[in-house]
Amino acid sequence: MMPVELLVIGGGPAGLCAAIQAAEMGSRVMIVDRNNALGGQLVKQTHMFFGSEKQYASKRGFDIAKLLLDKIANLSNIEVLEATTVLGVYEDGVVTLEKNGSYLKVKPKAMVVATGASEKALAFPNNDLPGIYGAGAVQTLMNEYGVKPGNSVLMVGAGNIGLIVSYQLMQAGVKVEAIVEGGPQIGGYLVHASKVRRMGVPIYTQHTVKAAYGKEVLEGVTLCRLDDQWQQIPGTEFDVKADVVCISVGLTPLSELLWQAGCQMKYVNSLGGFVPYRDDNLQTSVKGIFVAGDVSGVEEASSAMVEGYLAGLSAASYLGYKIYNMNELKSDLLLQLDSLRHGPVGDRIRKGIAELRIINEAAASKEA
Amino acid sequence: MLAVTGIPTAEDVEKAFPSEERLAQGPVVVVECYQSIPCNPCYTACRTGAIKEFEDINDLPTVDHSLCNGCTLCVSNCPGLSIMVVDMTYTEEEALLKIPYEFLPLPEAGQMVKGLDRAGQEICDVKVVRVVNSKALDKTPVISIAVKKDFVKLVRNIRMEG
Repeated sequence: MMPVELLVIGGGPAGLCAAIQAAEMGSRVMIVDRNNALGGQLVKQTHMFFGSEKQYASKRGFDIAKLLLDKIANLSNIEVLEATTVLGVYEDGVVTLEKNGSYLKVKPKAMVVATGASEKALAFPNNDLPGIYGAGAVQTLMNEYGVKPGNSVLMVGAGNIGLIVSYQLMQAGVKVEAIVEGGPQIGGYLVHASKVRRMGVPIYTQHTVKAAYGKEVLEGVTLCRLDDQWQQIPGTEFDVKADVVCISVGLTPLSELLWQAGCQMKYVNSLGGFVPYRDDNLQTSVKGIFVAGDVSGVEEASSAMVEGYLAGLSAASYLGYKIYNMNELKSDLLLQLDSLRHGPVGDRIRKGIAELRIINEAAASKEA
Repeated sequence: MLAVTGIPTAEDVEKAFPSEERLAQGPVVVVECYQSIPCNPCYTACRTGAIKEFEDINDLPTVDHSLCNGCTLCVSNCPGLSIMVVDMTYTEEEALLKIPYEFLPLPEAGQMVKGLDRAGQEICDVKVVRVVNSKALDKTPVISIAVKKDFVKLVRNIRMEG
Protein backbone atom coordinates (compact mmCIF):
# COMPACT_ATOMS: atom_id res chain seq x y z
CA MET A 1 0.00 0.00 0.00
CA MET A 2 1.41 3.32 -1.12
CA PRO A 3 0.45 6.32 0.98
CA VAL A 4 -0.47 9.22 -1.27
CA GLU A 5 -1.52 12.69 -0.23
CA LEU A 6 -3.43 13.91 -3.28
CA LEU A 7 -4.25 11.60 -6.16
CA VAL A 8 -5.18 13.30 -9.42
CA ILE A 9 -6.80 10.88 -11.85
CA GLY A 10 -6.43 12.02 -15.45
CA GLY A 11 -3.70 14.16 -17.00
CA GLY A 12 -5.78 16.25 -19.39
CA PRO A 13 -6.33 20.01 -19.08
CA ALA A 14 -8.37 19.70 -15.85
CA GLY A 15 -6.06 17.19 -14.13
CA LEU A 16 -2.88 19.05 -15.06
CA CYS A 17 -4.18 22.35 -13.71
CA ALA A 18 -5.44 20.66 -10.53
CA ALA A 19 -2.03 19.05 -9.95
CA ILE A 20 -0.19 22.33 -10.59
CA GLN A 21 -2.40 24.37 -8.26
CA ALA A 22 -2.31 21.83 -5.42
CA ALA A 23 1.46 21.33 -5.74
CA GLU A 24 2.09 25.07 -5.77
CA MET A 25 0.27 25.25 -2.45
CA GLY A 26 2.61 22.63 -1.01
CA SER A 27 0.64 19.44 -1.44
CA ARG A 28 2.36 16.22 -2.54
CA VAL A 29 0.57 15.09 -5.70
CA MET A 30 0.48 11.85 -7.63
CA ILE A 31 -1.02 12.25 -11.09
CA VAL A 32 -1.99 9.11 -13.01
CA ASP A 33 -2.98 8.81 -16.65
CA ARG A 34 -3.65 5.72 -18.72
CA ASN A 35 -1.97 7.21 -21.80
CA ASN A 36 1.75 7.04 -22.42
CA ALA A 37 2.11 10.77 -21.97
CA LEU A 38 0.23 13.47 -20.10
CA GLY A 39 -1.75 16.16 -21.88
CA GLY A 40 -5.06 14.48 -22.63
CA GLN A 41 -6.85 15.82 -25.66
CA LEU A 42 -4.78 19.03 -25.61
CA VAL A 43 -1.91 17.37 -27.45
CA LYS A 44 -3.99 16.96 -30.62
CA GLN A 45 -5.68 20.35 -30.53
CA THR A 46 -3.92 22.23 -33.32
CA HIS A 47 -6.42 25.11 -33.34
CA MET A 48 -6.35 28.28 -31.27
CA PHE A 49 -8.41 28.34 -28.09
CA PHE A 50 -11.20 30.78 -27.31
CA GLY A 51 -11.71 32.42 -23.93
CA SER A 52 -9.47 35.07 -22.41
CA GLU A 53 -5.75 35.35 -21.71
CA LYS A 54 -6.25 33.63 -18.35
CA GLN A 55 -7.35 30.48 -20.18
CA TYR A 56 -4.54 30.84 -22.74
CA ALA A 57 -6.89 32.14 -25.46
CA SER A 58 -5.42 32.44 -28.94
CA LYS A 59 -2.80 29.79 -28.09
CA ARG A 60 -3.03 26.36 -29.69
CA GLY A 61 -4.00 23.35 -27.58
CA PHE A 62 -0.70 21.49 -27.97
CA ASP A 63 1.22 24.63 -26.98
CA ILE A 64 -0.96 24.94 -23.87
CA ALA A 65 -0.14 21.30 -23.06
CA LYS A 66 3.60 22.10 -23.31
CA LEU A 67 3.17 25.10 -21.06
CA LEU A 68 1.33 23.06 -18.39
CA LEU A 69 3.73 20.10 -18.66
CA ASP A 70 6.71 22.44 -18.18
CA LYS A 71 5.12 23.64 -14.94
CA ILE A 72 4.54 20.02 -13.84
CA ALA A 73 8.19 19.17 -14.59
CA ASN A 74 9.35 22.06 -12.41
CA LEU A 75 7.30 21.03 -9.39
CA SER A 76 9.28 18.41 -7.48
CA ASN A 77 6.31 17.47 -5.31
CA ILE A 78 4.39 16.03 -8.28
CA GLU A 79 4.89 12.37 -9.07
CA VAL A 80 3.74 11.36 -12.55
CA LEU A 81 2.52 7.86 -13.32
CA GLU A 82 1.97 7.47 -17.05
CA ALA A 83 0.54 4.40 -18.80
CA THR A 84 -1.28 3.70 -15.56
CA THR A 85 -4.95 2.79 -15.41
CA VAL A 86 -7.07 3.30 -12.33
CA LEU A 87 -9.04 0.09 -11.88
CA GLY A 88 -11.21 0.81 -8.90
CA VAL A 89 -12.06 3.00 -5.94
CA TYR A 90 -13.07 1.06 -2.82
CA GLU A 91 -15.23 1.87 0.22
CA ASP A 92 -12.19 2.17 2.48
CA GLY A 93 -10.64 4.79 0.20
CA VAL A 94 -8.16 2.42 -1.44
CA VAL A 95 -7.56 3.03 -5.14
CA THR A 96 -6.15 0.26 -7.32
CA LEU A 97 -3.93 0.87 -10.32
CA GLU A 98 -2.43 -1.17 -13.13
CA LYS A 99 0.94 -0.20 -14.54
CA ASN A 100 2.91 -2.38 -16.97
CA GLY A 101 1.09 -5.48 -15.79
CA SER A 102 1.69 -4.83 -12.12
CA TYR A 103 -1.08 -4.17 -9.63
CA LEU A 104 -0.66 -1.25 -7.25
CA LYS A 105 -2.71 -0.07 -4.32
CA VAL A 106 -2.68 3.49 -3.07
CA LYS A 107 -4.55 5.21 -0.29
CA PRO A 108 -4.91 8.91 -1.03
CA LYS A 109 -6.03 11.44 1.56
CA ALA A 110 -7.87 13.34 -1.18
CA MET A 111 -8.60 12.87 -4.86
CA VAL A 112 -9.32 14.98 -7.89
CA VAL A 113 -11.16 12.92 -10.50
CA ALA A 114 -10.55 14.43 -13.93
CA THR A 115 -11.16 11.45 -16.18
CA GLY A 116 -12.77 13.40 -19.00
CA ALA A 117 -15.36 12.07 -21.40
CA SER A 118 -15.75 9.59 -24.23
CA GLU A 119 -17.42 9.89 -27.62
CA LYS A 120 -21.03 8.87 -28.07
CA ALA A 121 -21.89 6.42 -30.84
CA LEU A 122 -24.64 6.57 -33.45
CA ALA A 123 -26.80 3.63 -34.51
CA PHE A 124 -27.37 3.04 -38.25
CA PRO A 125 -27.16 -0.05 -40.51
CA ASN A 126 -23.56 -1.15 -41.18
CA ASN A 127 -22.04 1.24 -38.66
CA ASP A 128 -19.44 -1.44 -37.92
CA LEU A 129 -17.80 -1.23 -41.36
CA PRO A 130 -14.07 -0.48 -41.25
CA GLY A 131 -13.68 3.22 -41.99
CA ILE A 132 -16.28 4.42 -39.51
CA TYR A 133 -14.57 6.20 -36.62
CA GLY A 134 -15.23 8.54 -33.77
CA ALA A 135 -14.13 12.04 -34.82
CA GLY A 136 -11.82 12.24 -31.81
CA ALA A 137 -10.15 9.00 -32.84
CA VAL A 138 -9.45 10.41 -36.29
CA GLN A 139 -8.04 13.56 -34.72
CA THR A 140 -5.71 11.41 -32.60
CA LEU A 141 -4.62 9.33 -35.61
CA MET A 142 -3.96 12.40 -37.67
CA ASN A 143 -2.55 14.98 -35.27
CA GLU A 144 -0.85 12.74 -32.72
CA TYR A 145 0.36 9.83 -34.83
CA GLY A 146 0.57 11.48 -38.27
CA VAL A 147 -1.64 8.84 -39.92
CA LYS A 148 -3.96 9.91 -42.73
CA PRO A 149 -7.29 8.19 -41.97
CA GLY A 150 -8.50 8.02 -45.58
CA ASN A 151 -9.11 10.14 -48.65
CA SER A 152 -12.68 11.36 -48.43
CA VAL A 153 -14.60 11.92 -45.23
CA LEU A 154 -18.20 12.40 -44.26
CA MET A 155 -18.52 14.13 -40.88
CA VAL A 156 -21.58 13.37 -38.78
CA GLY A 157 -22.30 16.16 -36.30
CA ALA A 158 -21.78 19.92 -36.56
CA GLY A 159 -20.75 20.55 -32.98
CA ASN A 160 -17.34 22.07 -32.28
CA ILE A 161 -15.51 18.73 -32.54
CA GLY A 162 -17.14 17.88 -35.89
CA LEU A 163 -16.36 21.32 -37.29
CA ILE A 164 -12.80 21.48 -35.94
CA VAL A 165 -11.86 17.96 -37.03
CA SER A 166 -13.30 18.67 -40.51
CA TYR A 167 -11.08 21.74 -40.78
CA GLN A 168 -8.03 19.82 -39.56
CA LEU A 169 -8.72 16.98 -42.01
CA MET A 170 -8.61 19.54 -44.82
CA GLN A 171 -5.38 20.98 -43.44
CA ALA A 172 -3.97 17.44 -43.65
CA GLY A 173 -5.01 17.23 -47.30
CA VAL A 174 -8.07 15.00 -46.83
CA LYS A 175 -11.26 15.85 -48.73
CA VAL A 176 -14.30 16.46 -46.53
CA GLU A 177 -17.39 15.65 -48.60
CA ALA A 178 -19.97 17.10 -46.26
CA ILE A 179 -20.95 17.69 -42.65
CA VAL A 180 -24.28 16.22 -41.60
CA GLU A 181 -26.20 17.52 -38.59
CA GLY A 182 -29.45 16.10 -37.24
CA GLY A 183 -30.52 19.30 -35.52
CA PRO A 184 -32.08 22.30 -37.25
CA GLN A 185 -29.00 24.45 -36.57
CA ILE A 186 -25.23 24.17 -36.36
CA GLY A 187 -24.34 23.30 -32.77
CA GLY A 188 -20.71 24.41 -32.71
CA TYR A 189 -19.28 27.92 -32.87
CA LEU A 190 -20.40 29.60 -36.10
CA VAL A 191 -16.88 30.93 -36.76
CA HIS A 192 -15.72 27.29 -37.00
CA ALA A 193 -18.65 26.54 -39.35
CA SER A 194 -17.77 29.51 -41.56
CA LYS A 195 -14.14 28.33 -41.74
CA VAL A 196 -15.11 24.97 -43.25
CA ARG A 197 -17.99 26.42 -45.29
CA ARG A 198 -15.75 28.87 -47.13
CA MET A 199 -13.53 25.93 -48.08
CA GLY A 200 -16.56 24.65 -49.99
CA VAL A 201 -17.79 21.97 -47.58
CA PRO A 202 -21.60 21.73 -47.47
CA ILE A 203 -23.28 21.53 -44.06
CA TYR A 204 -26.57 19.61 -44.16
CA THR A 205 -28.65 20.44 -41.10
CA GLN A 206 -31.72 18.25 -40.36
CA HIS A 207 -30.07 15.32 -42.11
CA THR A 208 -28.84 11.98 -40.86
CA VAL A 209 -27.14 8.78 -41.98
CA LYS A 210 -29.77 6.31 -43.15
CA ALA A 211 -27.22 3.57 -43.75
CA ALA A 212 -23.59 2.97 -44.60
CA TYR A 213 -22.58 0.61 -47.39
CA GLY A 214 -19.51 -1.20 -48.64
CA LYS A 215 -18.38 -4.79 -49.32
CA GLU A 216 -15.32 -5.19 -47.12
CA VAL A 217 -14.83 -1.60 -46.05
CA LEU A 218 -16.84 1.59 -46.10
CA GLU A 219 -17.58 2.83 -49.64
CA GLY A 220 -20.25 5.41 -48.97
CA VAL A 221 -23.31 6.41 -47.02
CA THR A 222 -26.94 7.11 -47.77
CA LEU A 223 -28.16 10.31 -46.19
CA CYS A 224 -31.71 11.50 -45.75
CA ARG A 225 -33.58 14.48 -44.38
CA LEU A 226 -35.19 14.62 -40.95
CA ASP A 227 -38.47 16.31 -40.09
CA ASP A 228 -39.02 18.49 -37.03
CA GLN A 229 -39.59 15.38 -34.90
CA TRP A 230 -36.22 13.94 -36.00
CA GLN A 231 -38.00 11.32 -38.16
CA GLN A 232 -36.48 10.29 -41.47
CA ILE A 233 -38.42 11.63 -44.46
CA PRO A 234 -38.89 8.85 -47.08
CA GLY A 235 -37.89 9.76 -50.61
CA THR A 236 -35.23 12.27 -49.55
CA GLU A 237 -32.32 9.79 -49.67
CA PHE A 238 -29.09 10.59 -51.51
CA ASP A 239 -25.66 8.98 -51.60
CA VAL A 240 -22.28 10.37 -50.63
CA LYS A 241 -19.15 8.39 -51.52
CA ALA A 242 -16.63 8.33 -48.68
CA ASP A 243 -14.01 5.95 -47.31
CA VAL A 244 -14.22 7.46 -43.82
CA VAL A 245 -17.17 8.47 -41.66
CA CYS A 246 -16.43 10.43 -38.50
CA ILE A 247 -19.06 10.26 -35.79
CA SER A 248 -19.17 13.41 -33.72
CA VAL A 249 -22.49 13.40 -31.92
CA GLY A 250 -21.36 14.48 -28.50
CA LEU A 251 -19.41 13.30 -25.50
CA THR A 252 -20.44 11.57 -22.32
CA PRO A 253 -18.61 11.88 -18.96
CA LEU A 254 -16.33 8.96 -17.94
CA SER A 255 -17.82 8.79 -14.48
CA GLU A 256 -17.36 5.09 -13.52
CA LEU A 257 -14.89 5.88 -10.74
CA LEU A 258 -17.26 8.40 -9.19
CA TRP A 259 -20.01 5.77 -9.12
CA GLN A 260 -17.62 3.33 -7.44
CA ALA A 261 -16.65 5.94 -4.88
CA GLY A 262 -20.31 6.37 -3.98
CA CYS A 263 -20.66 9.94 -5.20
CA GLN A 264 -24.23 11.08 -5.58
CA MET A 265 -24.92 11.28 -9.33
CA LYS A 266 -27.63 12.70 -11.53
CA TYR A 267 -28.49 12.42 -15.22
CA VAL A 268 -28.26 15.87 -16.76
CA ASN A 269 -28.73 15.81 -20.52
CA SER A 270 -27.11 19.19 -21.17
CA LEU A 271 -23.93 18.03 -19.40
CA GLY A 272 -23.65 14.81 -21.45
CA GLY A 273 -24.98 12.13 -19.06
CA PHE A 274 -24.54 11.13 -15.42
CA VAL A 275 -22.59 13.75 -13.50
CA PRO A 276 -21.79 14.24 -9.81
CA TYR A 277 -23.39 16.65 -7.40
CA ARG A 278 -20.74 19.13 -6.26
CA ASP A 279 -20.37 22.20 -4.06
CA ASP A 280 -18.75 25.52 -4.99
CA ASN A 281 -15.33 24.02 -4.22
CA LEU A 282 -16.02 21.20 -6.70
CA GLN A 283 -16.17 18.69 -3.87
CA THR A 284 -18.57 15.82 -4.53
CA SER A 285 -20.97 14.32 -1.98
CA VAL A 286 -18.03 12.18 -0.79
CA LYS A 287 -15.69 14.29 1.33
CA GLY A 288 -12.21 14.55 -0.09
CA ILE A 289 -13.25 13.64 -3.63
CA PHE A 290 -13.19 16.60 -6.00
CA VAL A 291 -14.04 16.76 -9.70
CA ALA A 292 -12.93 18.92 -12.63
CA GLY A 293 -13.35 18.99 -16.38
CA ASP A 294 -15.60 16.95 -18.65
CA VAL A 295 -16.29 14.23 -16.05
CA SER A 296 -18.29 16.80 -14.12
CA GLY A 297 -20.12 17.99 -17.25
CA VAL A 298 -19.00 18.19 -20.88
CA GLU A 299 -17.75 21.68 -21.73
CA GLU A 300 -14.87 23.42 -23.47
CA ALA A 301 -11.24 22.83 -22.42
CA SER A 302 -11.02 26.46 -21.25
CA SER A 303 -13.49 25.85 -18.42
CA ALA A 304 -11.90 22.44 -17.74
CA MET A 305 -8.62 24.21 -16.96
CA VAL A 306 -10.26 26.76 -14.66
CA GLU A 307 -12.14 23.96 -12.91
CA GLY A 308 -8.85 22.12 -12.56
CA TYR A 309 -7.21 25.06 -10.79
CA LEU A 310 -10.26 25.39 -8.55
CA ALA A 311 -10.40 21.67 -7.68
CA GLY A 312 -6.63 21.69 -7.01
CA LEU A 313 -6.98 24.69 -4.74
CA SER A 314 -9.94 23.13 -2.91
CA ALA A 315 -8.20 19.77 -2.48
CA ALA A 316 -5.00 21.35 -1.16
CA SER A 317 -7.02 23.51 1.20
CA TYR A 318 -8.94 20.40 2.36
CA LEU A 319 -5.56 18.81 3.10
CA GLY A 320 -4.61 21.79 5.24
CA TYR A 321 -2.43 23.79 2.82
CA LYS A 322 -3.01 27.51 2.59
CA ILE A 323 -1.70 30.41 0.59
CA TYR A 324 -1.96 34.07 1.51
CA ASN A 325 -4.27 35.05 -1.36
CA MET A 326 -6.41 31.93 -1.41
CA ASN A 327 -9.78 33.64 -1.17
CA GLU A 328 -8.83 36.11 -3.88
CA LEU A 329 -7.65 33.28 -6.10
CA LYS A 330 -10.81 31.30 -5.51
CA SER A 331 -13.13 34.18 -6.30
CA ASP A 332 -11.13 34.93 -9.44
CA LEU A 333 -11.50 31.32 -10.62
CA LEU A 334 -15.23 31.32 -9.86
CA LEU A 335 -15.56 34.59 -11.75
CA GLN A 336 -13.69 33.12 -14.74
CA LEU A 337 -16.03 30.12 -14.81
CA ASP A 338 -19.01 32.36 -14.49
CA SER A 339 -17.97 34.58 -17.38
CA LEU A 340 -17.07 31.62 -19.64
CA ARG A 341 -20.57 30.24 -19.05
CA HIS A 342 -22.34 33.57 -19.07
CA GLY A 343 -23.31 33.82 -22.75
CA PRO A 344 -26.10 32.13 -24.69
CA VAL A 345 -23.87 29.13 -25.51
CA GLY A 346 -23.17 28.60 -21.80
CA ASP A 347 -26.82 28.82 -20.88
CA ARG A 348 -27.44 25.06 -20.95
CA ILE A 349 -24.28 24.38 -18.97
CA ARG A 350 -25.27 26.92 -16.34
CA LYS A 351 -28.73 25.44 -15.93
CA GLY A 352 -27.33 21.90 -15.80
CA ILE A 353 -24.82 22.74 -13.09
CA ALA A 354 -27.49 24.55 -11.08
CA GLU A 355 -29.28 21.20 -10.76
CA LEU A 356 -26.21 19.65 -9.14
CA ARG A 357 -25.24 22.14 -6.49
CA ILE A 358 -24.56 21.00 -2.98
CA ILE A 359 -25.31 24.13 -1.00
CA ASN A 360 -23.83 23.43 2.40
CA GLU A 361 -21.77 21.03 4.43
CA ALA A 362 -24.86 19.24 5.74
CA ALA A 363 -25.51 17.89 2.26
CA ALA A 364 -22.14 16.16 2.19
CA SER A 365 -23.35 12.69 3.07
CA LYS A 366 -20.32 10.47 3.51
CA GLU A 367 -16.79 10.52 4.80
CA ALA A 368 -14.17 9.43 2.28
CA MET B 1 -29.08 31.84 -42.57
CA LEU B 2 -25.68 31.66 -40.88
CA ALA B 3 -26.72 29.31 -38.04
CA VAL B 4 -28.07 26.78 -40.56
CA THR B 5 -25.60 27.06 -43.44
CA GLY B 6 -22.44 28.50 -41.89
CA ILE B 7 -22.55 31.24 -44.55
CA PRO B 8 -22.98 34.83 -43.37
CA THR B 9 -25.64 36.62 -45.45
CA ALA B 10 -24.91 39.73 -47.54
CA GLU B 11 -26.62 41.76 -44.78
CA ASP B 12 -24.36 40.18 -42.12
CA VAL B 13 -21.27 41.11 -44.15
CA GLU B 14 -22.62 44.60 -44.84
CA LYS B 15 -22.99 45.22 -41.11
CA ALA B 16 -19.44 44.07 -40.39
CA PHE B 17 -17.95 46.43 -42.99
CA PRO B 18 -16.88 49.96 -42.05
CA SER B 19 -18.59 52.96 -43.66
CA GLU B 20 -17.76 53.97 -47.26
CA GLU B 21 -16.03 57.09 -45.89
CA ARG B 22 -13.79 55.05 -43.60
CA LEU B 23 -13.05 52.54 -46.38
CA ALA B 24 -11.94 55.40 -48.64
CA GLN B 25 -9.31 56.45 -46.07
CA GLY B 26 -7.16 53.30 -46.22
CA PRO B 27 -6.63 49.93 -44.52
CA VAL B 28 -9.20 48.99 -41.88
CA VAL B 29 -10.37 45.93 -40.04
CA VAL B 30 -13.52 43.91 -40.83
CA VAL B 31 -14.59 41.80 -37.86
CA GLU B 32 -17.05 39.08 -38.85
CA CYS B 33 -17.97 37.89 -35.39
CA TYR B 34 -21.70 37.21 -35.44
CA GLN B 35 -22.26 34.97 -32.41
CA SER B 36 -21.89 35.58 -28.67
CA ILE B 37 -19.16 33.20 -27.52
CA PRO B 38 -16.72 33.66 -24.61
CA CYS B 39 -13.70 35.09 -26.42
CA ASN B 40 -11.68 38.34 -26.40
CA PRO B 41 -8.20 37.99 -27.98
CA CYS B 42 -9.07 40.61 -30.64
CA TYR B 43 -9.28 43.20 -27.88
CA THR B 44 -6.09 41.92 -26.24
CA ALA B 45 -4.23 42.09 -29.54
CA CYS B 46 -5.42 45.58 -30.53
CA ARG B 47 -2.80 48.31 -29.97
CA THR B 48 -4.78 51.31 -31.22
CA GLY B 49 -7.87 51.07 -29.04
CA ALA B 50 -10.09 50.35 -32.05
CA ILE B 51 -11.39 47.11 -30.57
CA LYS B 52 -12.95 48.05 -27.25
CA GLU B 53 -12.51 46.27 -23.95
CA PHE B 54 -15.24 43.66 -23.34
CA GLU B 55 -17.67 44.40 -20.55
CA ASP B 56 -18.77 40.76 -20.78
CA ILE B 57 -16.44 38.32 -22.54
CA ASN B 58 -19.50 36.91 -24.33
CA ASP B 59 -20.30 40.23 -26.02
CA LEU B 60 -19.62 40.73 -29.70
CA PRO B 61 -16.55 42.90 -30.31
CA THR B 62 -17.17 46.64 -30.48
CA VAL B 63 -15.03 48.26 -33.17
CA ASP B 64 -14.31 51.95 -33.58
CA HIS B 65 -13.16 51.95 -37.19
CA SER B 66 -11.91 55.53 -36.90
CA LEU B 67 -9.16 54.34 -34.51
CA CYS B 68 -8.10 51.33 -36.61
CA ASN B 69 -4.95 51.73 -38.70
CA GLY B 70 -5.23 48.32 -40.38
CA CYS B 71 -2.13 46.98 -38.58
CA THR B 72 -3.43 43.35 -38.92
CA LEU B 73 -2.30 42.21 -35.43
CA CYS B 74 -5.79 40.95 -34.59
CA VAL B 75 -6.11 38.91 -37.81
CA SER B 76 -3.84 36.06 -36.73
CA ASN B 77 -4.90 36.31 -33.07
CA CYS B 78 -8.60 35.65 -33.67
CA PRO B 79 -9.22 31.97 -32.83
CA GLY B 80 -12.25 32.01 -35.14
CA LEU B 81 -10.24 33.40 -38.09
CA SER B 82 -13.10 35.84 -38.48
CA ILE B 83 -11.10 39.03 -39.02
CA MET B 84 -9.62 40.50 -42.19
CA VAL B 85 -8.20 43.88 -43.16
CA VAL B 86 -9.43 45.64 -46.28
CA ASP B 87 -7.66 48.49 -48.10
CA MET B 88 -9.82 50.17 -50.72
CA THR B 89 -7.03 52.61 -51.59
CA TYR B 90 -4.68 49.91 -52.93
CA THR B 91 -5.14 50.86 -56.62
CA GLU B 92 -7.82 52.52 -58.72
CA GLU B 93 -9.49 49.20 -59.62
CA GLU B 94 -8.36 46.87 -56.88
CA ALA B 95 -8.70 46.55 -53.14
CA LEU B 96 -6.22 44.67 -50.97
CA LEU B 97 -7.60 42.01 -48.62
CA LYS B 98 -5.45 40.61 -45.82
CA ILE B 99 -6.89 37.28 -44.78
CA PRO B 100 -5.72 34.46 -42.49
CA TYR B 101 -4.85 31.27 -44.40
CA GLU B 102 -3.82 28.09 -42.54
CA PHE B 103 -3.24 25.67 -45.40
CA LEU B 104 -0.18 24.26 -47.11
CA PRO B 105 1.30 24.86 -49.57
CA LEU B 106 1.17 28.60 -49.04
CA PRO B 107 0.76 30.68 -52.19
CA GLU B 108 3.64 32.87 -53.32
CA ALA B 109 3.69 36.59 -53.93
CA GLY B 110 2.77 37.27 -57.55
CA GLN B 111 0.78 34.07 -57.97
CA MET B 112 -2.70 34.13 -59.52
CA VAL B 113 -5.24 32.08 -57.50
CA LYS B 114 -9.01 31.67 -57.39
CA GLY B 115 -10.97 33.97 -55.12
CA LEU B 116 -13.67 32.12 -53.18
CA ASP B 117 -16.78 33.52 -51.57
CA ARG B 118 -18.09 32.63 -48.10
CA ALA B 119 -19.65 29.43 -49.50
CA GLY B 120 -16.37 28.30 -51.04
CA GLN B 121 -17.47 29.05 -54.64
CA GLU B 122 -14.88 30.36 -57.09
CA ILE B 123 -16.02 33.81 -58.13
CA CYS B 124 -12.98 35.56 -59.63
CA ASP B 125 -9.23 35.46 -60.13
CA VAL B 126 -7.15 37.25 -57.51
CA LYS B 127 -3.47 38.04 -57.29
CA VAL B 128 -1.43 37.19 -54.22
CA VAL B 129 0.58 40.28 -53.30
CA ARG B 130 2.24 39.26 -50.08
CA VAL B 131 2.49 36.24 -47.77
CA VAL B 132 3.51 36.79 -44.14
CA ASN B 133 4.28 33.75 -42.02
CA SER B 134 6.42 35.13 -39.22
CA LYS B 135 6.91 33.52 -35.85
CA ALA B 136 4.69 36.16 -34.24
CA LEU B 137 1.76 34.97 -36.34
CA ASP B 138 2.07 31.56 -34.64
CA LYS B 139 1.15 29.38 -37.62
CA THR B 140 -1.69 31.54 -38.86
CA PRO B 141 -0.15 33.09 -41.99
CA VAL B 142 -1.71 36.27 -43.35
CA ILE B 143 -1.91 36.63 -47.10
CA SER B 144 -2.62 39.83 -48.99
CA ILE B 145 -4.66 39.49 -52.17
CA ALA B 146 -5.55 42.10 -54.77
CA VAL B 147 -9.27 41.87 -55.55
CA LYS B 148 -11.35 43.85 -58.07
CA LYS B 149 -13.32 46.36 -55.98
CA ASP B 150 -16.67 44.90 -57.12
CA PHE B 151 -15.76 41.66 -55.34
CA VAL B 152 -14.42 43.11 -52.11
CA LYS B 153 -17.47 42.14 -50.04
CA LEU B 154 -17.67 38.70 -51.64
CA VAL B 155 -14.16 37.23 -51.56
CA ARG B 156 -13.09 35.65 -48.25
CA ASN B 157 -10.84 32.74 -49.21
CA ILE B 158 -8.58 31.45 -51.96
CA ARG B 159 -8.00 28.18 -53.77
CA MET B 160 -4.69 27.38 -55.40
CA GLU B 161 -5.40 24.57 -57.83
CA GLY B 162 -6.94 25.19 -61.25
